[in-house]
Amino acid sequence: MNAWVAALGFLVFGPLLGALLAGIDRRLTARLQARQGPPLLQPVYDVLKLLEKDTLVVTPLQGLYLWLFLFFMIGAGLILFTGGDLLLSLFALTVSGIFLCLAAESTNSPYSHLGASRELMLMMAYEPMLLVAALGFYLTNDSFRVSVITEAAPWQPLQLLGILVGFLFVLTIKLRKSPFDLSTSHHGHQELVKGLTTDFSGHHLALVEIGHWYENAILLAWLYLFFAPWGPWLAIPIALILFFLEVLVDNTHARLTWSHTLKASWWVTLLLGTTNLLLLAWWVR
Amino acid sequence: MWSIALLILLPLAASIAVLRAPDPQTRDLWVQRWSIALIAVTLLFGAGCWMGFTDQTLYAIPHWLQTALDGFFDLVGLILAGTLLYLCRRIKWNEWYIPALILTQTGILFVAEAAATHPQVEHLFYVDPFSVLMALIIGVVGGLIALHAVPYMRDYHRHAPEVPDRRTGFYAAILVFLSAMFGVVFTNHIHWLFVFWEITTLCSFWLIAYPNTEEALRNAYRALGYNLIGGLAFAAAILWLAAGSGPYTRELDRLVGAGQLALLPAVLIAVAGLAKSAQLPFSSWLLGAMVAPTPVSALLHSSTMVKAGVFVLVKLAPVFQGTLAGLFLGLIGGLTFVLTSLVAVNQRNAKRVLAYSTIANLGLIAMCAAVGTAEALWAAILLILFHALAKALLFLGVGSAEHLIGSRDIEDMESLVYRRPELAAMLLIGMLGMFLAPFGMLLSKYTSFQAFLAMDLLPGEGALLAVILAFGSGPTLFFWSKWMGRLVARPHRLPSIPNAPPRAEQLVLGVLTALTALSCALFPLIELGFAMPYTQQLAGLGLIPAHAMAIPWETVGIMSLMLGGLFILPLAFWLKPPLYIESDPYLSGANVEGESYRGAMGAERLATNQGYYLIGFFDERRLMQTGIIGALGLGVLMLGSSL
Amino acid sequence: MSFLKRSPWILHYAATSCNGCDIELLACLTPIYDLERFGIINTGNPKHADILLVTGSVNEESRRVLENLYHQMPEPKAVVAIGACALSGGIFRPAYNVYGGIDQVIPVDVYVPGCAARPEAIIDGVVQALALLDARAKAHKRRGQVSIESP
Repeated sequence: MNAWVAALGFLVFGPLLGALLAGIDRRLTARLQARQGPPLLQPVYDVLKLLEKDTLVVTPLQGLYLWLFLFFMIGAGLILFTGGDLLLSLFALTVSGIFLCLAAESTNSPYSHLGASRELMLMMAYEPMLLVAALGFYLTNDSFRVSVITEAAPWQPLQLLGILVGFLFVLTIKLRKSPFDLSTSHHGHQELVKGLTTDFSGHHLALVEIGHWYENAILLAWLYLFFAPWGPWLAIPIALILFFLEVLVDNTHARLTWSHTLKASWWVTLLLGTTNLLLLAWWVR
Repeated sequence: MWSIALLILLPLAASIAVLRAPDPQTRDLWVQRWSIALIAVTLLFGAGCWMGFTDQTLYAIPHWLQTALDGFFDLVGLILAGTLLYLCRRIKWNEWYIPALILTQTGILFVAEAAATHPQVEHLFYVDPFSVLMALIIGVVGGLIALHAVPYMRDYHRHAPEVPDRRTGFYAAILVFLSAMFGVVFTNHIHWLFVFWEITTLCSFWLIAYPNTEEALRNAYRALGYNLIGGLAFAAAILWLAAGSGPYTRELDRLVGAGQLALLPAVLIAVAGLAKSAQLPFSSWLLGAMVAPTPVSALLHSSTMVKAGVFVLVKLAPVFQGTLAGLFLGLIGGLTFVLTSLVAVNQRNAKRVLAYSTIANLGLIAMCAAVGTAEALWAAILLILFHALAKALLFLGVGSAEHLIGSRDIEDMESLVYRRPELAAMLLIGMLGMFLAPFGMLLSKYTSFQAFLAMDLLPGEGALLAVILAFGSGPTLFFWSKWMGRLVARPHRLPSIPNAPPRAEQLVLGVLTALTALSCALFPLIELGFAMPYTQQLAGLGLIPAHAMAIPWETVGIMSLMLGGLFILPLAFWLKPPLYIESDPYLSGANVEGESYRGAMGAERLATNQGYYLIGFFDERRLMQTGIIGALGLGVLMLGSSL
Repeated sequence: MSFLKRSPWILHYAATSCNGCDIELLACLTPIYDLERFGIINTGNPKHADILLVTGSVNEESRRVLENLYHQMPEPKAVVAIGACALSGGIFRPAYNVYGGIDQVIPVDVYVPGCAARPEAIIDGVVQALALLDARAKAHKRRGQVSIESP
């Protein structure tokens, strides 16, 4: 019963939460730049507007890949929010990411292709760290199930400290924030235009945006999981603070090249994630 | 018992029939008919076993027959050595080690045979769920590939008129090979296992050398040489079992049952397994083997023969379980998995991508086998199955595509979704099957993670293997997605392909695609029918720790839902395509006639894209060299720790 | 009400302008004027844009680009011409290669005069375009979303 409520809640409120996060993000960014910024619900307005617009396609198939992107994104969220399997949810998230890349690749246009290739490179960069994070949760709880993880021992955040830092590092990539906004960016750029999303318009762009809202909610839930044993009253604020720390990073860093990104995130995974995992394995046994 | 004999003899009979065929047409027809018969017999056998057994069954045969067969196999072994020596007539001076290896190997076996007393062999054959699954793979996938080979080889010779037409021998070699593979998975007699093993090496050599070019010949010799190094280790294991201080036996089940007493011979056989499954430091022979015609690559070098290597590793897993040698074996697999996945990113040649990915996946299976717990073996067995299906499909699909577009470059396969939709769809399903949820490979990876983390020999070793798996997953994802991206790209410069692949090829590809998808949908049946009984049986014998392992039904449900979505959404799209306004891609407003743009000096240029290969980032040669040195070190450690 | 009014995304194209108007336009995005208050984003991509802002006198070189960009914008959309050159060709009007005004090439909805146009004037022009967009969106909705004829 509870799982059904959670599933329904995620389906309905997930995107709303994601949109709010995106809205707060834009406002915070504006404030950091001494501007007033858009209304809190601006992302929602944007998507509603996109739904009013015509949809231009380069190839009709791009819509199919985008729907699959959204399908697997929602799937990943449903698994996570119903207390299901964390690793399985991560796998679904990966599939969803790949379909977004395929949608961009299918247009076969230079900017989309550049964005998609870079996105794949970023996926290669963050995938090991996300897997290591899931493994860390498994070691502390002996289960990949989210419902078990939320009831972990209260020192879980300390046990997973290195993994948490590594996760925050790749979270910047996952949220497409500077210095890792290589594949697409919130502002038009010379060499990239809008990267991955350059050739999506109207409904298709709205699909991508909604997908990103769900993704925001999922990533926030991952952050929450680290602190879940401390109870929601402590864990939610901490997760939110860490989430918005990414905005600060976004506004204070210039973009890196893909090779730097790849090297940096693998080193972080190796030094923080792996070390933490090995120590944890030694501790748990 | 008789069904085993039938499975081994049927392909043998087929090869003799093919050799004696009066003319090429009849020969082709016979190859096809015998292949279909083989598939049918294997399926019947598999179905019978699936319903019938619960446990390992060992078979003995009458004494006189055993004596006769023993003599026969000794003779075959001698003939084999002689043939191999004869084949060495075209070696170069720096390949002197090949005849030396053959002679040493034969010498060792001779010493083992010449001993005054031999260990008694009670049971010659066995059937257990794992070997039945292997037999199904060999029979069904092998039969399908043989079916595909007939039209493929016709095209092959049309495309390459300079290659001498030795197709009769080609088909016969493939069929003999299948027969030997059945021998490998069913025989309990280690000496016979070795003979079958070397027959597959011989077939592999002959088939790699088929194009008869200098390059093919050199690569064939390299494959032969590396496999003979493994063979030498195997022969040493036989000698040890006959004369060493370990278990005094020639039976596989006794060897496995001896547990850690049998560590040294098991490690020696594992070296043979590593060579056969092209793990580092032996990997380069498999890449060289890609010069062979595609059915050979599909059959020998990805779905079956290289699986024989990991097959013995899985068989010997109870010996390795919980030992230091096992850990080093797992690390060799892990090293191979990570490095070859990285190197695969560099490759433009589709067959080389497939080859590297095959080595990587075999590395993963070797890791699971080395861990050797119930969960790990479960994962290894399912990986073998899923990999065999998806890879056979991919190899054959690439072969068909190559004949249609005249290239095996990934870049030339651009827009195949529009140019040959059915072929592209099959390739895409094969690729999805290789690395994405909800296909089976991912479930096995999932279980591997769990199994690795549950290891408890040394603190942190399981976590180390799990991290290796995590690091290998990144590049795996990259090179497959990049290739998929090329396939789905909208066409703008390449012409459409007017003719479809031959009907028989399409049929085989279609069946393999269906099997890849079905094996995922029906995976609980496979799990309950083959993987679980095998691990339970081993646990029942006390060889591996018992472990109540079950994939929760919820997971299966989620996977099925995802699979459903993956097929239903495209279907819905196909039935009711949405109507959108088509427009040109964004080219900074400089578009001229769609894909071209007005560049500098007013010249019109076509906007083209290519995938990323990161050649400056990962250096194939350096990575492989590091890998070889690392694996050699680990191999020495593995041997040392088993003494 | 159409949501176009709440989230008009713009595309800016300089059809060989002297960059005077362009600087003023970019000034609109700075903290002083902060166009993002109104949900306005400078997308730099016609496929995402709702309003095309054009500066400079259109000539033979920039004509095709302008046409392409206009056609790659999905309906409903609006065009704002900014500055004397975009309105009429300005001081370049007599030049042999200048068309003299954007409206010679694509339909223009709002004209913002000035050399260079002031940020306030540009914002005012965009706001006028919003009213037009709103009306167009309603008409578009009545006609039905998806039209199959090529743009």
